[in-house]
Amino acid sequence: MTRHTLSVLVEDKPGVLTRVASLFARRAFNINSLAVGPTEVPGISRMTVVVDADGELIEQVTKQLNKLINVIKIVELTPESSVQRDHILVKVRADAATRLQVTQAADLFRASVVDVSTESVVIEATGHPDKLTALLSVLEPFGVREIVQSGTLAVGRGSRSMSDRALRSA
Amino acid sequence: MSKGSPISPSLMATKSAGAHKAPERIERPADAGVEHAAASPVLGPNNVVPPTVMTGSQAIVRSLEELGVQDIFGLPGGAILPTYDPLMASKMNHILVRHEQGAGHAAQGYAMVTGRVGVCIATSGPGATNLVTAIMDAHMDSVPMVAITGQVASGVIGTDAFQEADIVGITMPITKHSFLVTDPNDIPHVMAEAFHLASTGRPGPVLVDVAKDAQQGQMTFSWPPKIDLPGYRPVVRGHSKQVREAARLIAAASKPVLYVGGGVVKAHASAELLELAELSGAPVVTTLMARGVFPDSHPQHVGMPGMHGTVSAVTALQQSDLLITLGARFDDRVTGILKSFAPNAKVIHADIDPAEISKNRTADVPIVGSVKEIIPELSDALRLQFEASGTPDLSNWWAFLNNLKETYPLGWTEPEDGLSAPQRVIERIGALTGPEGVYVAGVGQHQMWASQFIKYERPHAWLNSGGAGTMGYAVPAAMGAKVGEPDRVVWAIDGDGCFQMTNQELATCAINKIPIKVAVINNSSLGMVRQWQTLFYEGRYSNTDLNTGHDTVRIPDFVKLADAYGCASFRCERDEDIDATIQKALAINDRPVVIDFVVSPNSMVWPMVPAGVSNDQIQVARNMTPDWEEED
Repeated sequence: MTRHTLSVLVEDKPGVLTRVASLFARRAFNINSLAVGPTEVPGISRMTVVVDADGELIEQVTKQLNKLINVIKIVELTPESSVQRDHILVKVRADAATRLQVTQAADLFRASVVDVSTESVVIEATGHPDKLTALLSVLEPFGVREIVQSGTLAVGRGSRSMSDRALRSA
Repeated sequence: MSKGSPISPSLMATKSAGAHKAPERIERPADAGVEHAAASPVLGPNNVVPPTVMTGSQAIVRSLEELGVQDIFGLPGGAILPTYDPLMASKMNHILVRHEQGAGHAAQGYAMVTGRVGVCIATSGPGATNLVTAIMDAHMDSVPMVAITGQVASGVIGTDAFQEADIVGITMPITKHSFLVTDPNDIPHVMAEAFHLASTGRPGPVLVDVAKDAQQGQMTFSWPPKIDLPGYRPVVRGHSKQVREAARLIAAASKPVLYVGGGVVKAHASAELLELAELSGAPVVTTLMARGVFPDSHPQHVGMPGMHGTVSAVTALQQSDLLITLGARFDDRVTGILKSFAPNAKVIHADIDPAEISKNRTADVPIVGSVKEIIPELSDALRLQFEASGTPDLSNWWAFLNNLKETYPLGWTEPEDGLSAPQRVIERIGALTGPEGVYVAGVGQHQMWASQFIKYERPHAWLNSGGAGTMGYAVPAAMGAKVGEPDRVVWAIDGDGCFQMTNQELATCAINKIPIKVAVINNSSLGMVRQWQTLFYEGRYSNTDLNTGHDTVRIPDFVKLADAYGCASFRCERDEDIDATIQKALAINDRPVVIDFVVSPNSMVWPMVPAGVSNDQIQVARNMTPDWEEED
């Protein structure tokens, strides 16, 4: 199974997230992560869907997604041709004795401390999923109390815009 | 065997007068399918209606009128009540059904014979959920249908209000698309979009769920509305390079087969298919959904493929070196175990739905587009290819297939219990009614026999629930077909199990003067399940005896039941009465007719490819596989 990142432009209409999610469920496709938000074009949202699938299956995923009336365009973003980022908030046990070690670890990953209490700190980090996994393994020994992680966001490198092209062809 | 000749006369059905001439229905502007989509995506005559203030419910009715709708099947209830009021004043013909499932299947039957969008209406909650089976059926068989449902008022959506059901959510996986309308001003464009989506590209069911307050609210109606579907761009024209590549493969193939599916019926492309078939000289198999799109009597027709297909059709696919797949989808009932299906064949796959291509079987030459456009282009390309590289010699292939056709024709053995053979009843109905009739089957043994023993010579003459396998489809779908084609004889070939699921629509038929004819093939059991119990469960008949037939309590008595519904009704229990009873039914046209054909419960559908094995294991009778002597 290979990991694929799909950028999906959709009409911002009620139920569109359900349509996408239920399609994945019905066709037994596996969503690894999903992120949804508005774009620079009013009325158009963008979903970034990370899927674990083989070659033929990912073709089916794309074709089935394309059949949804509210889906305008789908582009697969390869790791080489795109920037891919996850966002994570981690609450780590940290008292007076360990706080400095924890914040130093965060510094190494260019993560920042966004909340401090006597017992814990909350660290915010952005990066490629591999980097965040590494950060978590460094923080693990201190005691991770909570993890909140976003779905992957991805954008193609270079000057071209996916929505420009999609709306021209529409 | 007839070496060198592609014709095996013994198997040719007698060609009925006019069979080939039966025209494709002349399409009105309202039929605008894919080919007219470029002109205006709004169906109907596109009359200009200046802005007019009206209620949402009036806008629904007006939109349907402007879209060219003539007939609607439905049943009112609280949340759709506002729309039924202006409907009363409309010129459109609304047929009040007895159960919403009947409205759904009737809309399907109507769409299947006319090619126009079938329309059904139901109220919220249980009214809407009663449509679900028909919507799913239309989705599986790509039937253009618009289902309009009432919804509770927008202010109480989500509060578990009386008769509230999230029908948009419930039907999401079984519709082509769906809309929830809460603003009456959205009604015209949503209705136009729904009809556009249902009828273009790969046809399918579209649900329009309208909140009660959107029906009651004031809005400004104007026509035609603007269709705004930026994500919907069906590809109609096939890629010319792929078409040329397909022609090259056909010219190089020695065992080609035209594997023809229901998409060719939906695209109204039977004339184009005939031209391609005769040009290529290749054998044609028509799937369960495509019966009649290529004439059964044509010498190049080798039968229906699949689980209960003919030996010649199943074997043609298995032995083929090139499948020319047109509007078919490699359904498991056709392929059997997929990896053993047509193992030596290259695949050309033309379909309007790109997701069907390489879904089950990888295509060597994929062609996305309407077969209505692709087939003639392929014929043109093939002509050029033949000029350049010569016409292939298919005589060995035909010798092989004709031998199979002659050796393993469809047939049946007489039941040992002295009761009539169901196959004979069905064969006689087809023979006495002829190819201009419409035949609508339920699901099960009688469906397979109706696909095997009635000779289909034209498209839109054979309706059944193929993908979904919905028992109870026949009576309401026949009703819809009769409304769509009132001048044709419409038979529902039903089983005693199926008939008990939806026969309430006989009341609709009787009261609205929709004189369908129903042949209940009464083997007193859920016959197909019983057949599997005979073959695979050591004859342990768990819950398949329905007690409707010979030597039983006959509950219900179908003759009395039909009589109570105001239908003419007969019982036929002997072979010698079959023809006369059918003739009596054919002579009655002022009310529906129901015939209780009492037949043997022991008849089985053959040939059969048992589930879970390769098509090479086809059996012509129990534990009898054909003798494969290939002579080329």
